Amino acid sequence: MRTVIFRTIAPYLAALMVLFSVFVLLRGHNEPGGGFIGGLIAASALAIYGIACGVAAVRRAITLHPMSLSAAGLLMAALSGLVSLFTGQPFMTSQWWYVRLFGVEVPLSTPMIFDIGVYLVVVGSIGSIALALEERESD
Amino acid sequence: MSLIGSEATFIAVLAPFAAAIVAPTLTRLLAHNAAWPLALVPAAIFLFFAGLVPEVAGGASFTPAVDWAPAYGVTFSFFVDGLSTLFALLISGIGTFIILYSGGYLKGHPQQGRFFSFMFLFMGAMLGLVLGNDLITLFIFWELTSITSFLLIGFDHLRAASRRAAIQALVVTGGGGLSLLAGFLVIMAVTGEANMSAVLASGDTLRDSGLYALVLALVLGGAFTKSAQFPFHFWLPNAMEAPTPVSAFLHSATMVKAGVYLLMRMHPVLGDTALWTTILPVFGGATLLVGTILAVRQTDLKLMLAYTTVASLGLLVMLTGTSWEKAIEGAALYLLAHSLFKGALFMVAGTIDHEAGTRDITRLGGLRKAMPITFAAACLAALSMSGLPPFVGFIAKEYLYTGIWGGAGANYALTATAVLGNALMLVIAAAVALKPFLGPKVETPKHAHEGPVLLYAGPVVLSLVGLASALLAHDTGVLVIGPVVSSILGVPSAVDVHLVPTHIGAALYLSLGTIALGVVLFLRLDALRAGTARLLTAIGWGPDKGFDQVIAGIVSFSAWVTRTVQGGRMEVYMTMTFLITAAAILVPMTVAGTWPTGFAMPDFRFYEWGVLAIAAAGLVAVLIARTRLTAIVSLGIQGFAVALIFMLFGAPDLSFTQFMVETLSVVILALVMTRLNLQPRDHRPMAARLCHSVIALAIGAGFAGLLIQITSAPFDRRLSDFFEAYSRTIAHGRNIVNVILVDFRGFDTLGEIAVVMVTGLCVLALIRVRPKRSAEEALDLAAGGDALRKREEARV
Repeated sequence: MRTVIFRTIAPYLAALMVLFSVFVLLRGHNEPGGGFIGGLIAASALAIYGIACGVAAVRRAITLHPMSLSAAGLLMAALSGLVSLFTGQPFMTSQWWYVRLFGVEVPLSTPMIFDIGVYLVVVGSIGSIALALEERESD
Repeated sequence: MSLIGSEATFIAVLAPFAAAIVAPTLTRLLAHNAAWPLALVPAAIFLFFAGLVPEVAGGASFTPAVDWAPAYGVTFSFFVDGLSTLFALLISGIGTFIILYSGGYLKGHPQQGRFFSFMFLFMGAMLGLVLGNDLITLFIFWELTSITSFLLIGFDHLRAASRRAAIQALVVTGGGGLSLLAGFLVIMAVTGEANMSAVLASGDTLRDSGLYALVLALVLGGAFTKSAQFPFHFWLPNAMEAPTPVSAFLHSATMVKAGVYLLMRMHPVLGDTALWTTILPVFGGATLLVGTILAVRQTDLKLMLAYTTVASLGLLVMLTGTSWEKAIEGAALYLLAHSLFKGALFMVAGTIDHEAGTRDITRLGGLRKAMPITFAAACLAALSMSGLPPFVGFIAKEYLYTGIWGGAGANYALTATAVLGNALMLVIAAAVALKPFLGPKVETPKHAHEGPVLLYAGPVVLSLVGLASALLAHDTGVLVIGPVVSSILGVPSAVDVHLVPTHIGAALYLSLGTIALGVVLFLRLDALRAGTARLLTAIGWGPDKGFDQVIAGIVSFSAWVTRTVQGGRMEVYMTMTFLITAAAILVPMTVAGTWPTGFAMPDFRFYEWGVLAIAAAGLVAVLIARTRLTAIVSLGIQGFAVALIFMLFGAPDLSFTQFMVETLSVVILALVMTRLNLQPRDHRPMAARLCHSVIALAIGAGFAGLLIQITSAPFDRRLSDFFEAYSRTIAHGRNIVNVILVDFRGFDTLGEIAVVMVTGLCVLALIRVRPKRSAEEALDLAAGGDALRKREEARV
């Protein structure tokens, strides 16, 4: 599988896929997409990069253990639900803020934070399984 | 009751939990001296409850409450009356000295902070138990004492004996707790009340109910296990594996009395029936005799005391079981006396162990010069335990003799039991207090000397309180015993307690007889010990051994079940899973007769037919594939075709996800294949192939039928309409699927991503630990991904 063409292209492909996955994640609220799909795309990016260039390279590239990403995502999703408690509303009531950045109104919300959490959980869990399966030397 | 009283009660119960949090830090800063500031907590609680005594003695009781889980009608409420106040005073008062004692006893222990923490957790739980008014609150604190007791018995967790004792105590008392919960639920159903105070006011409702026997059996199941009544007594002596402060606090003065507390508490509504006055005295009396006889056999100070604790609990149950007013008075007095002298004696035994290096009575002697203060405290406590004047133990014995001699019914048997039990208790008291200190000096493992003030403060104060409460007998009676007896009997009653017997009667003669018998037996202690040892060896079986047999039986049974059900053959698992799935779909549809009768073929366009054809081609390829890898990839073709169908029918999100899941499934399955070293080809025999095909067809047909059936019913648009109407306006999103996932049903998604993460962790663990097992998990994962997609599908 490790042909020269694949090895040369894989890093660019993986980078593009990760970029695309973030795009899919962020457009999810209004267009097809969302955290779950985005996470799957990013996990495939990790898997492709791993097949082409070896698992060690992927682990170096993402610095953290993918399971840590997953845990961080779960924590983030859970914490996003707590924000509403400060306004006296029930757990997980969505909160919206409209922030003006460089003259553009950017809507931010707790569901967005929640969705990013979903994304991280999926990337981390599926990615770490794929990487662990690719890691043959550790047997 | 004033506001201060009600709110402060909550603070009093919660204070030990707060102390449990700060204890480790404080211990790191101050080492064993942390005991001094920490002891202020129970001391303050004691003073608070002491401040309530005059009001409670005046007949007042109050029930502070806050809502806890209002949806279930569970309130967090307390019931402060004579009985609970006495218990709260004992817990906090003795607790103060136990905390000090722990400071000295575990000085320099690396886990001392944790020990303090556990002790405070227990103290809080115990206070909650005796003050709990709501039955569910009471039950939760009841179980909390079992759990903290488990932690404390197993404190020295590196020793197998500690671990066994901890588990044994947890199994026995926890099992009893479940029985109690069932009992409470029945009580709540019968009386319609959730509060103890209201249940107690329900009069004869429970006694007249047809469920009375059931309620009694369930409540006794809880009380007898907790209070170590025969034949559940075996866990208590084993619990002596715990450090001595634990034995002194939990397993003599407080926790084991929880069962007795419960019986006394429920006496007004459960007591004074034929069942009650038969069962309780029989079990109590048996426990008294068994406890004292087993105590005589021991040479270990702590074990001797532990068995007499069992005996004392038996005595209390026996007295409560008579339902005679005088006997109840005796029980209340004995409860107070026992907590004081037994707590003190346990601490004495611990001090001897700590300073001399052994607590085996045959290897101790002549310590009176080395440890004069401990000796004095031991003597005072032992005199009270022996029932000699002028100690509260003497008064208690006078009253209980008056009670059972003066009562009606089988009082000869009870009297004989009580006299023999008390005489043997005198023997043990004398042995514990005299043998280590008198006689010629015996060489001990450590050079014995008096312990620090932290160690002797407790025994000295508790034994002196035992003396003082007898000397101030009148006040003890008015302030403490009277309210307690009123609570137990359920009617206000004044108790006049005298140190000096008011008349020369049967009780005094019985007391003298007890003392004479005790002295005679004490002089022949060695012969007595050898005799009981021979007897027990001859019997050769006890509940303790029975416990091991039951546990071993459960273990071998579950091993058998695991071997049978979990054979470890993947093929069997898969076959079973699919068979059951098929049955779950087909059987209800056949039984309910909901098989679809007709099926209208939709009007497909040519490209839709094309996609269907691709899916079918993929399936055919799976079936005729010669290698496994080809089959996996062909399955992917079918999946992609399905994703296309979703796309064509207007579910872009679903199709998107389907594409990704299919891709990843193929990749992961292929990876698993390369790791498993499977044969590339499928070599199933013809019979297996046939069998598997039948199962596959059954599931396929079932699902198809189910789907046709569901889609032929008119579509309920209420949810869809809701989501369409509000997705934009409330949740500010145009993609309904995503809005449902992250907003409307965000809580579900939170649970799902937690599952995804846990699955990931499990798969990782399996790959690391058992490389050969990863294939199953990878398959499960593919199934898990499908499940997530299906859920999403279901929502649209």
